[in-house]
Amino acid sequence: MVAVVETANQTTRLPDERHALAIRGLSLVYSDGKESLREIELDIPVHAITVLFGPAGGGKSTLLRSLNRLNDLTDVRHRSGQVWFDGQDILQPATDVIALRRRVGMVFARPVVLPMTIRGNMTYGLELAGERDHKHMAMLLERSLRAAALWDEVKDRLDDPAISLSGGQQQRLCLARVLALEPEVILLDEPTSGLDPLSTGKVEASLHELKSRYTIVLVPHSIQQAARMADYAAFVLDGQLIEVAPGKEIFTRPRDRRTQDYVEGRFG
Amino acid sequence: MAASPPILSRRRYQIQRAGFAALLMATLVTVVPIILIAALILWRGAPAISWEFLTQPPRQGMREGGILPAILGTLWLTLGTGVLAVPFGVAAAIYLAEYAPESRWTRTIRVAIISLAGIPSVVYGLFGLGLFVLFLGFGTSILAGSFTLAIMTLPVIISTAEEALRSVPQSFRVVSISLGGTQWQTIRRIVLPEALPGILTGVILGLERAAGETAPILFTAAAFFLPRLPTSPLDATMALPYHLFVISTQVPGMPIRLQYGTAAVLLVFVLGMNILATVVRSRARARRQW
Repeated sequence: MVAVVETANQTTRLPDERHALAIRGLSLVYSDGKESLREIELDIPVHAITVLFGPAGGGKSTLLRSLNRLNDLTDVRHRSGQVWFDGQDILQPATDVIALRRRVGMVFARPVVLPMTIRGNMTYGLELAGERDHKHMAMLLERSLRAAALWDEVKDRLDDPAISLSGGQQQRLCLARVLALEPEVILLDEPTSGLDPLSTGKVEASLHELKSRYTIVLVPHSIQQAARMADYAAFVLDGQLIEVAPGKEIFTRPRDRRTQDYVEGRFG
Repeated sequence: MAASPPILSRRRYQIQRAGFAALLMATLVTVVPIILIAALILWRGAPAISWEFLTQPPRQGMREGGILPAILGTLWLTLGTGVLAVPFGVAAAIYLAEYAPESRWTRTIRVAIISLAGIPSVVYGLFGLGLFVLFLGFGTSILAGSFTLAIMTLPVIISTAEEALRSVPQSFRVVSISLGGTQWQTIRRIVLPEALPGILTGVILGLERAAGETAPILFTAAAFFLPRLPTSPLDATMALPYHLFVISTQVPGMPIRLQYGTAAVLLVFVLGMNILATVVRSRARARRQW
């Protein structure tokens, strides 16, 4: 099914070929009224790192979780607007959310390894998807662990419990676990917030490598990380998108006064 | 300027000591009688226990011989209860913990289950008599007794299993779903294995209670005296708790040795299940990785 949106005098497919996701008029209110989004309009460029930054509680995670319908697990009171992915509005009830989440993977702030072996964590998603070919799984496992800069540290202990890894290793395992599903988009919600500088460096290096093949949306854990990582950056404040620009511009020449105040550390 | 108070005043220290002593006393008051009861029964019952006692049916109006039919009867009833109550109990717990929306309806169900646990067991016995023995025509039988005990055990199994399922961290579910798992895949592959030890503990404790109950089987399964062993689920059976009741109150001239012996066997049976539950729980806790 390819949905088509009418504009003035042409038909356009959303998102266009330069973007992986197109968010249109997205509003969302949780039942507990904690965080909300108001009329978000944002295009996420293909094969680049888009950073969503702003003060805590402003809606960055909510926005991120709307992109693979992980919000479904939370009590949402109201949701309107569209999120276009591969020609479909994924907010439509008919969306196959299981398939969507395989194509739009997610890494969380706290590394949560599943209570099984390292190998079990890596093949979990593949097995759920019905993958039976052990050779193929082994290939994906090694490739993904290499891409997450973890292979050399775990290749001899794949059958150890994943919990035996250090925090930094666990978070890279979480990243590798998502990569094994060969997604098109990777969402990362403050993936380095609990990590030491060395592990943070490894994760950031992996992400720089990965952006040639994946579309990455990152909620950074600091403004410094935002500046280091952003090809594009979107400033989110109180549920609104204030400003979107290439990373180099937004941190040196912000157009909006509020962005400038935040970037310069006057609040947040 | 007033002198600052001492870091831990002598008086406070004494109050604290008195508090600890009171807590220790309360613990002893609960524990000591239990240990005394168990010790007394085992000590007075031990002389009665012999190979013959465990492997022979009663003779001479139950004043001699063994209690094999009662032991096997209790075994069958416990097994039957498990077969009936465990699948339903665990399924209901999965529904309540994982699927049921928080609504008035769900809360009503939960309150009903908790209330069921508070119903006196003799009421279950009468209910079983009416429904299983008479209406469904099972007669006084292992089947009717198992159904009755199962209904009595269900609330315990459901509440402990639900608790065990809820104690599995939500983050596991979110991660599994974010990796493309369906809700059922998540439950089957992550939540249930993690909750299993807790569920087993509840199952064993529930069955242990069923094994020791007299009232529910009084009208539904138990026979006063049966020289032979039951051969089908539709047979009546002797059972340890009921047999103990019978030989303690209904048989004149009963040797007290045999009464203590029977009580000791029942106690070991139930304590054994209790220890099993403890082992399952502590081993799982040692293995647990979160």
